[in-house]
Amino acid sequence: MAVSQLIGARVQRREDPRLITGHGRFIEDRLPVGLLHMAVVRSPHPHARILSIATEAAASAPGVRAVLVAKDFHAQLSGTMPVTPAFAPEKKYVPERFPIASDEVCFQGEPVAVVVADDRYLAADAAELVVVEYDPLPAVVDPEAAMVPGSPRAHVEGPDNIGWDMTFDGGDIEAAFARAEVTVSERIWQQRLAPTPMEPRGVLAEYSPYDERLTIWLSSQNPHFIRLFISGAMGIPESRVRVVAEDVGGGFGSKISPYPEDYLVPAAARILGRPVRWIETRTESVQTSYHGRGQVFTAEAAALRDGTLLGLRLTQVLDLGAYHGTFGAFQACACLMAGGVYRWAAVQGRTIGVLTNKVPTDPYRGAGRPEGTHLCERMVDRVAQEIGMDPAELRRKNFAREFPFSNNFGLVYDSGNYDGSLDKAMELVDYSGWRQRQAEGRQQGRLIGIGCSTWVEICGFGPSEATAGATGGIALVEAAQIRFLPSGSVAAYVGTHAQGQGHDTTFSQIVADTLGIPMEKVELRHGDTAEGPSFGYGTYGSRSLAVGGMALHKAAMVIRDKAQRLAGHMLEVSPDDLTFEQGTFSVKGDPSARKTIEEVALAAYGGKLPEGMEHGLEATSYFDPPNWVWPFGAHICVVEVDRETGAVQVHKYVAVDDCGNVINPMIVEGQLHGGIAQGISQALYEEVAYDQDSGLLLTGTMTDYLVPTMNEIPALTLDRTVTPSPTNPLGVKGIGEAGTIASSAAVINAISDALSPLGIHHVDMPASPDRLWKMIQEAES
Amino acid sequence: MAQLVRLTVNGSPRQEEVEPRLLLVHYLRERCGLTGTHVGCDTSQCGACTVLCNGQPVKSCSMLAVQAEGMAITTIEGLAPADGMHPLQTAFWEEHGLQCGFCTPGFIMAATALLAENPDPTDEEIGRGLEGNLCRCTGYVNIRRAVHKAAAAMREGAGAAAPMGG
Repeated sequence: MAVSQLIGARVQRREDPRLITGHGRFIEDRLPVGLLHMAVVRSPHPHARILSIATEAAASAPGVRAVLVAKDFHAQLSGTMPVTPAFAPEKKYVPERFPIASDEVCFQGEPVAVVVADDRYLAADAAELVVVEYDPLPAVVDPEAAMVPGSPRAHVEGPDNIGWDMTFDGGDIEAAFARAEVTVSERIWQQRLAPTPMEPRGVLAEYSPYDERLTIWLSSQNPHFIRLFISGAMGIPESRVRVVAEDVGGGFGSKISPYPEDYLVPAAARILGRPVRWIETRTESVQTSYHGRGQVFTAEAAALRDGTLLGLRLTQVLDLGAYHGTFGAFQACACLMAGGVYRWAAVQGRTIGVLTNKVPTDPYRGAGRPEGTHLCERMVDRVAQEIGMDPAELRRKNFAREFPFSNNFGLVYDSGNYDGSLDKAMELVDYSGWRQRQAEGRQQGRLIGIGCSTWVEICGFGPSEATAGATGGIALVEAAQIRFLPSGSVAAYVGTHAQGQGHDTTFSQIVADTLGIPMEKVELRHGDTAEGPSFGYGTYGSRSLAVGGMALHKAAMVIRDKAQRLAGHMLEVSPDDLTFEQGTFSVKGDPSARKTIEEVALAAYGGKLPEGMEHGLEATSYFDPPNWVWPFGAHICVVEVDRETGAVQVHKYVAVDDCGNVINPMIVEGQLHGGIAQGISQALYEEVAYDQDSGLLLTGTMTDYLVPTMNEIPALTLDRTVTPSPTNPLGVKGIGEAGTIASSAAVINAISDALSPLGIHHVDMPASPDRLWKMIQEAES
Repeated sequence: MAQLVRLTVNGSPRQEEVEPRLLLVHYLRERCGLTGTHVGCDTSQCGACTVLCNGQPVKSCSMLAVQAEGMAITTIEGLAPADGMHPLQTAFWEEHGLQCGFCTPGFIMAATALLAENPDPTDEEIGRGLEGNLCRCTGYVNIRRAVHKAAAAMREGAGAAAPMGG
C-alpha cells in the first residue's frame, strides 16, 4: 500500500491557472473559419396552432444563408427526442417531441424556425423578419387544475394531461395511521427554479464531407449521451460523431439532457456544409433551459405523543411542462427519500406527472432529493410542534442507527452517524444558547427562529442493475482509461465531465497516489468522446467521484498489478516478494533491489517481457457500484424575521456534513458553499413565475429572476464528520448536491419556527418579504 | 456604415473599422481574440463581461466599441504580464475563489477596480463593490476571502515598495 500523500490533501486546483488568466475555453470561445451563426425564432404563445410561417423577407435579408423550418429538419432528423423509460408501466401520456414545432406550439419559447447568417447581429435582425401566424389555444398553467377532468389539454391531441401516476408503497400505511395519537398535514409548494449556470448553453457543429464525420462542441454535462442521441437522430454511426465539451460554465443539472438546438445546429451544419453555431442568450436560457422543481406536495404524518414517528403519506404533483424531460422522472425519487434519516413504520408516496404549457422540468441540483428532504424535515418539525417537543430531540428519538439501514422502500443506506453530525452542529451553532435567546426575544416581540435539517441523500448512480435502461438501453456505470506512456507521463481519461467540480485536480490526486507518481505527471482528460473509453456517463447526481473516481482507481490498480509482475521479472523475484511504496517496487528484505514504476513502464514497451505478457502499460476499467452511496449531515439555521417588513435576516448558518473519506477538503467545502447558497436562494429569493391566466413567463430575464449577489448570502460555518462508505474501495460518497438538498429545509424550518408565536405553522418558498409580511398582517389582524 | 475606432487594448494601440452597433465585448472577443471576457446575460446583471476602461470597471456588453474611442481597455488577459499573476489572480487560486470559472474574469476585473479605490475593504464594502457580479458556483464565500487576501498582499507589496521608491 502506497503511503497516501495527495488523497485528503488541500491541493490547489489544476484547472485554475487557465481560468483566472482568461484562457479557459468555453463554447463561445471557439471561432472556426467560415462560421455561420444561428438564431432561433420562438413561439411567443404558451399554446397555439401554427397557421403559416413566412420566411421570404428573412431569407432575403443581408447576410442570411438559410431560414429553416420543421419540414427542412424532417429530412435531416428522424425519431423523437428521448424520454427516460423509468416508470414505463405507469407512464400514461407521453407526447412526442420533435426539436422544432410544425403545427402546434406547446410552450412559450418552443422553436418554430431558425435563421442562419454570417454574423450574430444579422441572424438576430433576420429572425425578426420571420412572420409566424398563430391561432392561440387555451393554455394549461396550473398542474393541479390540469389534472381535473375536462381541463384544457396541453396538447390538443392528448387524451388528458397525465404524464404518469404511480404509487410507491413502503409498508402498511393504514396500520401506521391507525396507531396514531397525533397526525399533522401540510401542503408544501416547491416553486419552479431556473438553474441559471453563468454560462448559458451553446452548440457548435461542423460536418465534414471528406470523411462524413460530424463534430459537435457544446456546453454539456453529458457528452457521450448527447453523441448517442444525435447520431441516432441524424443517421450517422456513433463512431463517426464526436462530441466535445471543454470548459463548462456551470450546469446544475440543466446541461444533462439533450435540447432542440443540440439537434438543429448539427442538422443546419450538414444542410449548409459550413460550421454553424448557436449561443443561448440569457433571456432564452430563463425561458427555455429546463427548469427544476415545480412540484406541489400534500403530506400527512402520523406519530405517537412521545415523538415516535409512525407513518408518512404524501402526494407529489409534478409540473412536467409541455413535454417529459429526458431525465425528468428522476424527480419522483422525492417519494422514495421522503422518509429521510428516520425509522418510520410505513411511508407511502404517490407521484403524478402533469403536462402543462410551460418549459419542461428536468433535474436541477438535487432533483427530487431536496424536495423529499424539505418535505420530510418540514413534517418532522410539524409533529414536534404539535406535541410540544424540541425538534432536535424528536429527530434524535427517531434516527436510524444501525447500518446498513434499509428504508421503507428497501433502499439500503450504506453507512451513517446521524447523532454525530447533529451533536456537532448543535454545539457549533450554540443550540441551547439560541433557544434561550429565542425565548427572551419572544418576550420582547422579536421573531427569532431556529431550524434543523438532518438530511441524507441517495447518490452515486449506477448501480447497473437498478439503472438498466436508464435511457437508450444503457445502464449507469462509469468508465476510465489510463495510459502509462514510455517516458513516464500518464494520460488518464474518465467518462464523467466536470462543470466546476475540480475533477482535473481530485481525479489526478487519486491516480497519482495509486501509481505513486507526482501529480504533475498525470494528465486528466474528459469531455471529448474521441478520447478514452467507448462510453462515458456524465457528471450529475453527485456520481463522479463515487463511480468515475472509482473507475480511475480500478484502472490504476490494474496498471499497478501489471507493473508489479513486470518488476518481479526485472528483479528476478516473485511479484509477491515486492513492496510498493512511493512509486517504487522493492524486494522485501533487500530494499536496494528496486525499480521505480517509471522504469517498469519503459520496460513494458521494451524487449524482455515475461512469458505471456503483452506489451504496453494501459488499462480500461468500468466500475459498477454495488450500491448507491448515502452522504448525510445536519444543518442548523438561525433567522430573525422583521415583524414590520417581513424581511429575513440569517443570524447563523451551520452545516456539518459527512461525505465519507475526503479527497480534497478545499473542493468539498467549495461544493458545500455553492450548494447551500442555492438552497438558501430557493428558500428566500428565486421563483420562475408564469401568469396564471395567460401562461406567459413573468420572470424572463435576470432583472426579474432573482439570482442572489454576494450580499444575499450569509456567512456559512462548515464542519464535517467522516464515516467512510463501505460501497467503494476509497470509502467516498458524493458532495455536489448535498448543500442544496439540506439547506432549504433548515431555512424554512427556522422561519416557520420564528413565526410560530403568531400561529403560523408553515411558510412556502420563496419566503420573500412580501409573502411573510402578508402572513404576519393576516395573523395579527 | 463602418466607423473608425482608435483605442488601446492591454497596452497595444489598435485602430480599425467597426460597425457602430458592435458591442465592446464582441469587439474584444472576436476582433481582438480576447475570449477571457465572457457574456453571461443580456440585461447587464451578471458582470461576467467586466473590463476596465481607463481604469474604471465597465460592463462591456453595455457599451459599443465605438464608445471606447481613445480609451485604454484592460481585460483579464492584460491584468498581469504573460509569465506572472496579479495578486487577485493568485488569491482566487489559493482561496478556491472559483469553480466553473465563467464569472471569474469579471469578478477579478471588478475587484481590481475596487481595490484601486479602497485598498482595505470591509466585508460590506466588498459586497457593495462586487454587487454587479453574479456567481452561481461558490456562494461567494471564497470570493470574499480571495479579495481580502489580495488586498492584504497588495498593501504589503505597496508598503515594501515605498521605501525603495523613496
